[in-house]
This record gives sequence, structure tokens and C-alpha cells, in this order.
Amino acid sequence: MTWSDILANSWDAIRSHKMRSALTSLGILIGIAAVVLTVGLGQGAQQKVSNQLNALGGNLLIVSPGSSTTGGVRGGFGSASTLTMADATALSSPVAAPNIGGVAPILQATSKELDNGSTNWTTTVVGTTSSWLSVRGRTLASGRFISDADQASAAAVTVLASSTASQLFGPVNPVGQYVTISGTPYQVIGVLASAGSDSTTNLDDQAIMPFSTVSQRIVGGTNRTSVQTIYVKAASASQLAGAYQETQTILQNRHATSSSSTTDFSITTQQSVLSTTSSVDSTLTTLLMGAAALALLVGGIGVMNIMLVSVKERTREIGLRKALGGTPTTIRRQFLSEASMLGLTGGLLGVAGGVGGALILPHFISNPITISVPWVLISIAVAIVIGVGFGVYPAVRAARLSPIDALRSE
Amino acid sequence: MADAPTLARHPSSNTDPAAGQPVIELEAVRKVYRTGTIEFEAVRNVSLVIHPGEYVAIMGPSGSGKSTLMNILGCLDVATSGRYLLAGEDVSDMDEDQLADVRNRHIGFVFQQFNLLPSLSALRNVELPLAFAAVPREERRRRGRLALERVGLGDRLTHRPNEMSGGQQQRVAVARALVSDPALVLADEPTGNLDSSATEDVLELFGELHAQGRTVVLITHEAEVAERAQRVIHIRDGAVASDGLTGGTR
Repeated sequence: MTWSDILANSWDAIRSHKMRSALTSLGILIGIAAVVLTVGLGQGAQQKVSNQLNALGGNLLIVSPGSSTTGGVRGGFGSASTLTMADATALSSPVAAPNIGGVAPILQATSKELDNGSTNWTTTVVGTTSSWLSVRGRTLASGRFISDADQASAAAVTVLASSTASQLFGPVNPVGQYVTISGTPYQVIGVLASAGSDSTTNLDDQAIMPFSTVSQRIVGGTNRTSVQTIYVKAASASQLAGAYQETQTILQNRHATSSSSTTDFSITTQQSVLSTTSSVDSTLTTLLMGAAALALLVGGIGVMNIMLVSVKERTREIGLRKALGGTPTTIRRQFLSEASMLGLTGGLLGVAGGVGGALILPHFISNPITISVPWVLISIAVAIVIGVGFGVYPAVRAARLSPIDALRSE
Repeated sequence: MADAPTLARHPSSNTDPAAGQPVIELEAVRKVYRTGTIEFEAVRNVSLVIHPGEYVAIMGPSGSGKSTLMNILGCLDVATSGRYLLAGEDVSDMDEDQLADVRNRHIGFVFQQFNLLPSLSALRNVELPLAFAAVPREERRRRGRLALERVGLGDRLTHRPNEMSGGQQQRVAVARALVSDPALVLADEPTGNLDSSATEDVLELFGELHAQGRTVVLITHEAEVAERAQRVIHIRDGAVASDGLTGGTR
């Protein structure tokens, strides 16, 4: 018997038991849909994280101050202001640090109330230098960014992020207007283009000012050159490791520390943030995949169960086929192809269900779902393998039936 | 049936140089069933020759061993000892795959229960043996149609078994037995499930097949069915009790 005849026979058998075939495929369908969705969720989450990190500005190193020790109590990283403007300046030297493309020191003041007449808005004021724009990979929607001259004179100017601008000025172009912080007016010189949000901050809600302006007018205090964070941008992605080395060497030399135990700063790379986040996601994905695999296993057992029932029910048919010249091989292939067709049907419908879910679910949950074609193909292959795998035993049982006994059975 | 030449002519008819070669040749065939330590000899030392074109009825009460004999003749089972030549081929030591092939090529079965597949049309049912022989689809269609026309069901090709009477179903089964042009038509109680008019119908068909030179072996326990054959073999206690011509149809 040719394969096309065997497949046609199997299709007939499946069609003549529509309800049963549908229920059998349902088990596989659920499993495959679950696999497609969980993989999609996992990949969607990773995509989201890497998008966010790209939004931060590519090839970025984040240098944070080390911990302080106050009365024997050691604070966490960032509790001491060990980084200074001079550190940032040293890092920007193209001679000492050829792999570094840009440096932006940051001094933040959170929860500052900005007023425009009777309208007010509370946001974060970020003090930095002119290189911030390129280091963070941002662009301006209108106006200009802070200049070195603004930095030198601690000018009372600010660049607003897009949301902040619209909250304070509505549809009016704020460039040239003034916002007031604690009674001091600051002229708006530019507005940033929208960049979305990362996991912790809304990138479109902040007010950028010259570093010197923030340290002298807004934060105040005694140490006016201390820096909260230094963003270091590698000249290119391949130079990230070099930039890391240079940053570490320069800062260790400047701070006269050499071993890691005395180092008073820490360097975080985007990669390390990415891998931390994605390892959390992959744990979750693994768990969900486990559940999906379990569903597939149950679906496979369902296929086996139905195929065994089918062999029992069709004993006479098997006997007849054998009497008319069906070899054990033919009979085995027939049942195997039936089982794999059930698997394939379930798999295809499962993929359809998974893709459907991927289109509908994001409207109800915040997580994006990415459907990847390789995984869809893998799922379909898995469904067929399950059909065949769990079809082997029933098929062998059918092939072993003696034609006499099979023909006699009622 | 002038339009069905392949069906009307017997493969080993008189023009064949091996015309004298028997269709069935049993030599000292025994079949022993063993249940634990108990041995039961269902067929004891049967030797039998059936020539091409013969119409033979095998009779015997239940438990006589005629079903076992029929299974051996049909290559559904193999003898414990002895030799069985079917159309000149020794099937005594064949494995399951070879037996399946021999059944497919040499034997057309007609069963008491018809054994048609309910989900298939009459034509698809008749085609089934050809599908196992890997005959191309169009050729199968053609021969299946001819076989159904031969049994008078040319207008029932697309009917399902449950849309036909018992007599019609059995005629579909006969068409299926004829379609591969086998050396032997082996019928196991073919009228056992039929009323008297359908029985008459089917027996007439076997008579016609015989008249066309086919070899027909029919297992029955009904005397009036056996009477239609040309030769009757009585089986009792696993052995041939009598073997003689009826002076019947021919």
C-alpha cells in the first residue's frame, strides 16, 4: 500500500469519528497553544527589556559611587558621594580613554515642584552637561540643549522632557517661557523628543539643567562637585569592554584604590542589567514551559488512549485488512499516520490558538507577546512527534493482532 | 459479462500450460492447539487436492475442524505440520508478511458477516485488495467498477454498506473477492446471515462464477447450500469423512 493511500485511509478514519478526533486533538491543541504563548511571553519580555535598554542609549556604562561607612555601619553603593566632576572630566579625555565616546555626570533632585503661573507639576530635575544628549541617545523636539557656556555660568535654563512640557504648558510651545522652582525662574530653552519609559523611570518626565545650576541653586549643600552617577558611553558596541577597562583604571588611579575591596565606585553595564532581567524572565518562562510540557504530555496520553480504544473498536476492520493482504507494516503505518495526523491537527490548531491569544491577550495584560516563526515550527514538529510517539504502542498492538481472532471479534 | 474479460477468465484456465497444476494441494496437514499441557488436534492428517475450476463445498458440524481447515486454506493460519501448496506456491513456512501477500494475490474472501468497511462506498470497499497490492488509483477504480458491474451492482457504486440490503452487501463482498482476479474464491458461510431469497441470489452468483471457470471453495453447514456445489467434502473430528461429486450444477 502506498503512503498516499495510507494517509487517505487515516484521514477517512479521523473524519468518520469527528467528535472523538476533535477531543483528542484538543489535548494537543491546549499544550501547543500554551507553548506558543509562554515562549511568546518570554520573548516579548526580553524584547521589551532590550528595547528599554536601547532607549537608555546604547553601549552605556553606569558608574555609581561606592558605599560609605558611618560609625561602623556600611551603607550601600551610592550612599557616599565619592565621584566628582573631576572624575567625569578625566574620563572624557580622548587620550587617556580612547574607547570612551562620551561622558555625562548626573546630579538629580527628585520631587521638585515646577510652576508655570497657576499650573504646577512635580518632577525630577537632572543636572548634567552638554554631552548628555548623545550619551543617552536622545534628540530634541524643539529649541536647543544646555551648552558648556550654560554649565560654566550655572545659567538658570532648563530643557523639559516632552510629558513635563505638555503638563506645564499644554499645547503652547514652551521654548522661551519660564518655569519657577522655589521662586527662582528658569528659562525653557528646549524640549526633548519622546523616548518612552524604562523599567524604573518615565524618560519623558524630567527637567534637564546644567550640572552647575542644579548643584548650586537646587541641591545646595557643601560639596558642590560631587556626582551621583556618571554615564559613560563607549565609542562603539565593540569598544564597550575597552571603555569598561579605561573607566576602571582611570577611576582607580584617581581614587588611589587598586583592589576591588577598597574600590569606592561600581560600574554597571547594560549587558549586566539585561542579563539580570532576562534571567528573571527565563526562570518564569522555564516554569511556564514546564506547565506547557505537562499539558503536552497529558495530550499525548490522550492520543494514546484514544488510539488504543480505536484499535479495540476496529479489531474486525484490522482483521479484514489483514485478510485482504494488509501486512503488519501497513497496519502499523496506518495507525501511526492516524495518530500523527491527530497530533498535527492539534498542533496546527494549537498554533492558531496561540497566535490568536498573542493577538488578544496584550489588550488585557501589560506584557507584550512575540510570536517567533522558528518556535511555531518547532511546536508543530513536537505535536507530530507526540502523535507518533504515543501512537507507537497502539499501532504495534494493532499490527500484532491475528487476522483470525480479529475477524471473529464482535 | 462481455465487458469484463479479466474477470471472466480464470488465470489458470485450460490454455495455461500448467493447467494440470492444482489450486490447492494439502499433504498430511495437521493443526494442533496447545493450552497449557492440554493438546487438541483440530485438523488431523488431511490430504486434499482441488483443481482449477472446481466448485467445492466443505461441510461439517461445528467443532469438526472445518473452520480451522478454512483458516489454513485461506492462509490466515499455518499448519503445525504437513505441506500446503496454493497455486503451486508452498505456503507452509511463510512468515506473516509473505502470507499477507499470498492472500492478496491468490485468495478472494467472502465472509458470513460481509465485513465491509461502513465508512467507505461500495466501490472503495471493492478496491481495497488492489490498494494493498499498490495498484494505481485509476486502474483500481476501473477494475472495481467492472467487478461491481459483474455482480449486478453497477448502479450502486457510491452507496455505503448501510444503504444496501444484506444480499447486496454480500454481492459487494463477492465483487471484492473477484477484483484481484484470484486463483481461489474462499467463502466462509456466505449465506449464514441472509434470508432465503438473498441466499438464492448469492448462490446463483457462485454458480455463475463456477460456470465461468473460477475455483470456488465454500464452507457451510447447510445441506441445500452444499448441494449447489460440484463436489462436497465432509469433515468430521478434524479429518475428511467423505469426498465425492454431487452430480450438481455441472
